[in-house]
Amino acid sequence: MTKEVKQVDRVIIRIAGDSGDGMQLTGDRFTQETASFGNDLSTLPNFPAEIRAPAGTLPGVSSFQLHFADHDIMTPGDAPNVLVAMNPAALKANVEDVPKGATIIANTDEFTKRSLTKVGYESDPLEDGSLGEFKVSRVPLTSLTVKALEEFDISKKEAQRAKNMFALGLLSWMYNRPTEGTRDFLKSKFASKPEILEANLAAFNAGWNFGETTEDFAVSYEVKPAELAPGTYRNITGNLALSYGLIAGSRLSGLSLFLGSYPITPASDVLHELSKHKRFGVRTFQAEDEISGVGAALGAAFGGSLGVTTTSGPGMVLKAETLGLAVTTELPLLVIDVQRAGPSTGMPTKTEQGDLLMAMFGRNGESPLPVLAPRSPSDCFDIAIEATRIATKYRTPVVVLSDGYLANGSEPWRIPDVSGLPDLTVPFSTEPNGDNGEFLPYRRDPETLARPWALPGTPGLEHRIGGIEKSDGTGNISYSPANHDLMVRSRQGKIDGIARDIEDLQVDDPTGDADVLVLGWGGTYGSIGAAVRRVRRAGGRVAQAHLRHLNPFPQNLGEVLGRYDRVLVPEINLGQLALLLRGKFLVDIISYTKVRGLPFKAEELAGVVQEVIDRAE
Amino acid sequence: MPSENFSDAHAGGNGAVPNGLKLVPRSDVEYKMKDFKSDQDVRWCPGCGDYAILAAFQGFLPELGVPRENIVIVSGIGCSSRFPYYLSTYGMHSIHGRAPAIATGLASSRPDLSVWVITGDGDGLSIGGNHLIHALRRNVNINVLLFNNRIYGLTKGQYSPTSETGMVTRSSPMGSLDSPFNPVSLALGAEAGFVARTIDSDRKHVTSVLRAAADHEGASFVEIYQNCPVFNDDAFQPLKDQEERDSRLLRLEHGEPLRVGADRGVVVGDHGELTVADIAEVGEDRLVRHDAHRADPGYAFALSRLDQPAFEHVPVGVFRDVQRPTYDGLMAEQLATAGADQGEADLASLLTSGDTWTVG
Ligand code: SF4
Repeated sequence: MTKEVKQVDRVIIRIAGDSGDGMQLTGDRFTQETASFGNDLSTLPNFPAEIRAPAGTLPGVSSFQLHFADHDIMTPGDAPNVLVAMNPAALKANVEDVPKGATIIANTDEFTKRSLTKVGYESDPLEDGSLGEFKVSRVPLTSLTVKALEEFDISKKEAQRAKNMFALGLLSWMYNRPTEGTRDFLKSKFASKPEILEANLAAFNAGWNFGETTEDFAVSYEVKPAELAPGTYRNITGNLALSYGLIAGSRLSGLSLFLGSYPITPASDVLHELSKHKRFGVRTFQAEDEISGVGAALGAAFGGSLGVTTTSGPGMVLKAETLGLAVTTELPLLVIDVQRAGPSTGMPTKTEQGDLLMAMFGRNGESPLPVLAPRSPSDCFDIAIEATRIATKYRTPVVVLSDGYLANGSEPWRIPDVSGLPDLTVPFSTEPNGDNGEFLPYRRDPETLARPWALPGTPGLEHRIGGIEKSDGTGNISYSPANHDLMVRSRQGKIDGIARDIEDLQVDDPTGDADVLVLGWGGTYGSIGAAVRRVRRAGGRVAQAHLRHLNPFPQNLGEVLGRYDRVLVPEINLGQLALLLRGKFLVDIISYTKVRGLPFKAEELAGVVQEVIDRAE
Repeated sequence: MPSENFSDAHAGGNGAVPNGLKLVPRSDVEYKMKDFKSDQDVRWCPGCGDYAILAAFQGFLPELGVPRENIVIVSGIGCSSRFPYYLSTYGMHSIHGRAPAIATGLASSRPDLSVWVITGDGDGLSIGGNHLIHALRRNVNINVLLFNNRIYGLTKGQYSPTSETGMVTRSSPMGSLDSPFNPVSLALGAEAGFVARTIDSDRKHVTSVLRAAADHEGASFVEIYQNCPVFNDDAFQPLKDQEERDSRLLRLEHGEPLRVGADRGVVVGDHGELTVADIAEVGEDRLVRHDAHRADPGYAFALSRLDQPAFEHVPVGVFRDVQRPTYDGLMAEQLATAGADQGEADLASLLTSGDTWTVG
């Protein structure tokens, strides 16, 4: 029987199950298949807060959403067209997000009385008509998998565990995905366990064949490859792109990378990744606490390494004191804050943009430092290089504000040609710079205001630095009022001056006559972009711009703000960028905020943008 | 306890390159003490014990044989932490308690440097206690000198983590409620491979301990009893008084019997602990001979407890000097192994690792 193949331009699927069901792995594999097929895509994993919450409970549900299309897309999608629910908990936790008419594939084997009661279902939603608005496919995934693996010499438990591969096989059939990559992946993952490998391959095939033969699935779908710019691509998460960017920064600057870090969600993956790349001379130091992580990075920077520390909000708070020391000793240091929902412990696995003002001002005294924010998972690579450039050129700590959504989300990345990356070689001091043959560690470069960087081991340039106020030039301790005023202003002037050395803010205003500008920063770029597209498709005129440099702001920002009647600033906090813009430019900002631990939905934002346009007219 | 199976495996000194400086260049300049003085005026209170320690340190540096530019002093906050500004080497006067963390990053990325951490009882044991114990257990190749004056000096006279219980200070008018740390016991509990104690006023002894610390490869910890004449004067007077000193100090000499003055010595008690007894009563044969190289830290710990009752008998010298792999050495090894196993580090091939596809 040949089945019907329907062409669609985009699909959003979400797979949900117990945290032990391998949902993230299944999602990753499907994503890789989709990537190698050539669709544009964007992903959103959603981890439970608990490591292994009791099986079958709501807190234990783990899910993975993937949006893929035949054109370029910007977000993982608002609402899934297909939900795969591996058990009642997964259904209950996700069904609210599923729009009417969408497909739900449920693993009927898990819909037992006991499992239903566990999550508060009084009757079986698959039977009681409560899912009437959806297309429900009832598939006994577990028992079909076990049956398919009867001949294998493995335990029933091991057979059941392969049900995620059955599901992946079924989905791969439904969306006509290439399967070679998954087969290769399984082969290398289970290379030392041939029996388990064969079982997983068999489960995967069984899932595919089930789709092809059963009458439940009458159609499969095809999403044509997207027209992407020529090049070599890979799918990449923000944390991986950031790790690669840091290694690139180290290579380009010629400084060996030293990471001082303490494990914290959602930043730990950068520590894990960098610890794998020792052959690049990368030293990873898992410290006793956040303070030691940044302290060691600063110590390494004093010795001429590219010092890096990675953390999330609660760790940033602890690093504040050392950041102040880095500001005043004027040593390069990269501080990566993968933001999560706060305050305090907050919601570690949920995203937020709540640390902007802390990054700007969260230290004692006047202690300015550059703040950057990547706008997409792949942009984390470029931002890491830009942060390296600024830190080493201006001898300053730089804060990079990533977030949980960028860190774990992924998208296709056109791999850059390494020879096109900037040369960031650092000119270390080797000779005295004083008029009397002495070395003056605080004699600034007149243009950049950066101080010289002389490494221990360099004869004749021995000097002392520290947290106490320093005398201009010599760096010796000084309590002179005039000197302190000068030093405070010099440090500020140095950071402000970086504005001359960064890209201008680009504005996307296709009609050229929009009255409304939507301005965002960091991880909201995709949602804002998708919202703006919706508005434009409906005939609305709107401009979009997105900040990657938060301190200093691009030089043309004031002028851009002045060009528009209304400026809408959506943020996943209570209006922190809006506060900065109002304070600096005295402009009226329309602040739109949501702090649900989730990215904005494009549809919701489009509504907000439209409303602002309507009010302007 | 250590008398029969006496260990003497540890090599060192003898004018050869100190073990702790194997990867540090040697100087061809014959330095004098004055070469290590910076142009900054020393600003401790008159009579402060820090002056004596500074002088001993400056006097010792020439014999270290390391080029001045390869020496780095890292300190925290407190009176003692001004130290780096008075030395003509590289230095960082950092923030309160964090010097061991900063030095860890520096030393583990720059094995060609001789790194010294200067700290005090407040800086190292209170606000920075966590960093100190972890630096010691990791065994980073740094030398930690902890100036113990049993008081907060820079903030003008509050009790510190080594002040005795009941001490009346500005923040404890009815007496401190805290039980003090014994810094040597703490360092041993933190797995330190080298632990010693000395006294500010005994320059010769300070120098010998510094020499042994520099010779030790890995983290070394030296407690220096330091007098603060302003806020806690004469805290260690019984150990300085010409008359009393010899009957109270328990000088630790590797391989020598442990004696306190002429008549008393250290023996093993009924429960394996060390106690001080009259030699006339127990006999010369029962005296424990000092063995700084015992792998098990239990003996050194038992020694460290002999400072009670206060000033009755106080061990000074090297408690423990045991070699084990250093953090920086192991880290360098991993880097070298990864380089050998995984081949050339090529950025382009890193970026294209994993599943890729080509468009156009
Ligand atoms: S307060 Fe005490 S420790 Fe500090 S400098 Fe004065 S005498 Fe020395």
